[in-house]
Amino acid sequence: MSTAASLPMNPPIDDARNFDKGKVGLISLILTEVSLFSIFVTAYIFYIGKSASGPQPVDVLTVPVWATICLLSSSLTAELAVRAVRQDARSRFLAFLGATILLGAEFMRQTAVEWNKLINTDHLTIATNVFGTTYYSLVGLHATHVVVGLILLLVAFLAALSGANVGKHEHRLHLLSWYWHFVDVIWIVVFTVVYVVGR
Amino acid sequence: MASISHPLDEGHGHSAARQKASFWSTFVDQWIITVDHKHLGLMYIIVALLFFVAAGIQGGLIRMQLMYPNNTFLSPQVFNEMFTMHGTTMVFFVGMPFIAGLANYLIPLMIGARDMAFPRLNALGFWITTLGGILLYSSYFAWTGSAAGTGGAPDVGWFAYAPLTEKAFSPGSSTDFWILSVMLSSIGSTVTAINILATALCMRTKGMTLSRMPLLVWMFCVVSFQILVALPPLTAAQIMLLLDRFMGAHFFDTNAVGDAVLWRHFFWLFGHPEVYILIIPGFACVTEIIPVFARKPIFGRAAMIGASVSIGLISLGVWAHHMYTVGLPSRANIFFSVATMLVGVPTGIKIFNWIATMWGGRIRFRTPMLWCIAFLFHFLLAGLTGIMLAVAPFDWQLGNSYFVVAHFHYTLIGGLLCTLFAGVAYWFPKATGRMLSEKLGKWHFWLMIIGFHVTFDGLHIAGLLGMPRRIYTYPAGRGWEGFNYFSTWGVAIQAVAILIFVWNVLDALIQGKKAGNDPWDAWTLEWATTSPPPEYNFAVLPEVHSSRPLWDLKHPEDPDWKYEQS
Repeated sequence: MSTAASLPMNPPIDDARNFDKGKVGLISLILTEVSLFSIFVTAYIFYIGKSASGPQPVDVLTVPVWATICLLSSSLTAELAVRAVRQDARSRFLAFLGATILLGAEFMRQTAVEWNKLINTDHLTIATNVFGTTYYSLVGLHATHVVVGLILLLVAFLAALSGANVGKHEHRLHLLSWYWHFVDVIWIVVFTVVYVVGR
Repeated sequence: MASISHPLDEGHGHSAARQKASFWSTFVDQWIITVDHKHLGLMYIIVALLFFVAAGIQGGLIRMQLMYPNNTFLSPQVFNEMFTMHGTTMVFFVGMPFIAGLANYLIPLMIGARDMAFPRLNALGFWITTLGGILLYSSYFAWTGSAAGTGGAPDVGWFAYAPLTEKAFSPGSSTDFWILSVMLSSIGSTVTAINILATALCMRTKGMTLSRMPLLVWMFCVVSFQILVALPPLTAAQIMLLLDRFMGAHFFDTNAVGDAVLWRHFFWLFGHPEVYILIIPGFACVTEIIPVFARKPIFGRAAMIGASVSIGLISLGVWAHHMYTVGLPSRANIFFSVATMLVGVPTGIKIFNWIATMWGGRIRFRTPMLWCIAFLFHFLLAGLTGIMLAVAPFDWQLGNSYFVVAHFHYTLIGGLLCTLFAGVAYWFPKATGRMLSEKLGKWHFWLMIIGFHVTFDGLHIAGLLGMPRRIYTYPAGRGWEGFNYFSTWGVAIQAVAILIFVWNVLDALIQGKKAGNDPWDAWTLEWATTSPPPEYNFAVLPEVHSSRPLWDLKHPEDPDWKYEQS
């Protein structure tokens, strides 16, 4: 009894101060994607002005203003869609999510038009010169990420349309919007490097 | 799982067919479609050990070819395939899966969690890594000709320098096997890294704040960060190489204006952090084991965390010390020399901390501790030759010589492999419930150490005498014969040591002494549950008030939390 009484009492147990695992997972994914993109951006910058033959950027590239406006505003609509989920406004959510998908799809359509012109009119392919090599790989890598984002957004849209409980998936939709913003920010970098610095 | 399904099966009778089905369904449940972190962890380690045997045999064949001057045991082509497969396998299919296995098995147990944060992602990582390894070895069946680069196993070196890898010089499929299998391994490592970070940051039990989290988990967090940042350069460069090979792009095509040195920058931007990705888990094991066997808490816990984080950051900025012989500008040489030496500072802090932990402790010289002490000696020596090679003019002389080979085998065998054996010896009782034999363990230890030194000590001198790497044979009379001859015998001694290890493991599984929950009288949470742990890990979790929760439990009169800042 006397020894037990002299033992120090355990202090109250602390909270572990854990983070949200969805956020940590997604930030980790974005970190590794940023590293991947930085290598393609480095390669692009490294080869600027080194193409000995074939079309040069200044001859064939036009600044994609409309596509950029579409993609940047799709981030805004994605954010508004997430806010609509939080306020439990189902039809507003569907409208903004649909707008996000349409804007993203328009961006992809613009890319398709641009590539069609480059390949068929300007005869620039990935094999033409290092400009073609680095241009199609960097813009193509970004476009791949847009497509992945569009597929995810479309899944969410169709699930919501077929009557899924949207509020239950608020956290996931929030994370999806983070991914979409990341794709957007990467476009700002790609845009700057390809159409401003490299042109 | 077995304990739940078996009583039900017995209730339905004992027909042989039924028992067979239940055996298979149990097997499939536990070892194929499982998402349990303990099973996946062990599966990672088993796969790593299988590839270790394959890559070890390749290393042995390399040494047999180099045993005598002008030897014709292997053709030049087969020799190139051997060192490519040896290096690629050891890094991507032994080192990476082994550390993923340790992380998977230990982290949830050490932080008091039920499983990893993303169990299904975990299973994906394991199977994609394993698929990568199978793909690499299936290259042997794609043999189309005996000329260089035409088929069969990859023969471009684990570093795969451009432009050798371009279609013009490696027309067959062997280089594609290398690219795709390594890419799969990288995807596996990336999802593991995401999982480790999410587990350590989000799944800790009540009371386990980050400042009380075991140092092993801390170090694996640093490793995960490095994986996330440093693997993509390799993956990106491999995507570029695939575009070159299949779509006629010109990233590394020196016939157009492609740049071969760019590949080397990208490769080593991955390659140098990679060696820290491999060794920091070794540091992590040592950091957990030395205190338990010295009967003292780790010295300088905060400094350990700081040193790990700074190694993780500095290692991202030293890659070009693999490229001095390319001919870099002086300012680059100076920068990378200084940065490389800078990594020695936090590493030195760690070595001092491990020694200070042992200082004045009541050391128990059991097998895990012996491996840790051997690691300290080897890693110190490897670090010293590393600092020699960090000096650009010295590297101009000895880059691509056997001095470099001896240096990095000192870090990876003397360093990493010793710590992995320490980890196996230490946590085997937890994973299996059985003790490894101390006697066989000591035979394994001493033969391995002797074999390692016989193999690699002399190669330093062969390198100093000018013997280059990656040559399939050499002329007599250069003074290299003796070192090469004894080096090959050293491999034989190491092989015997590995056989004793396998015997020890199998023997312990069959008739090893029962381990009990806590055979080493240790202090971290994994020893609070049964050996092996149940599927749910912990029936009751001890309260965590300090970084040594089991010490507090065992010594309520003098708990750690009285001295630790929370």
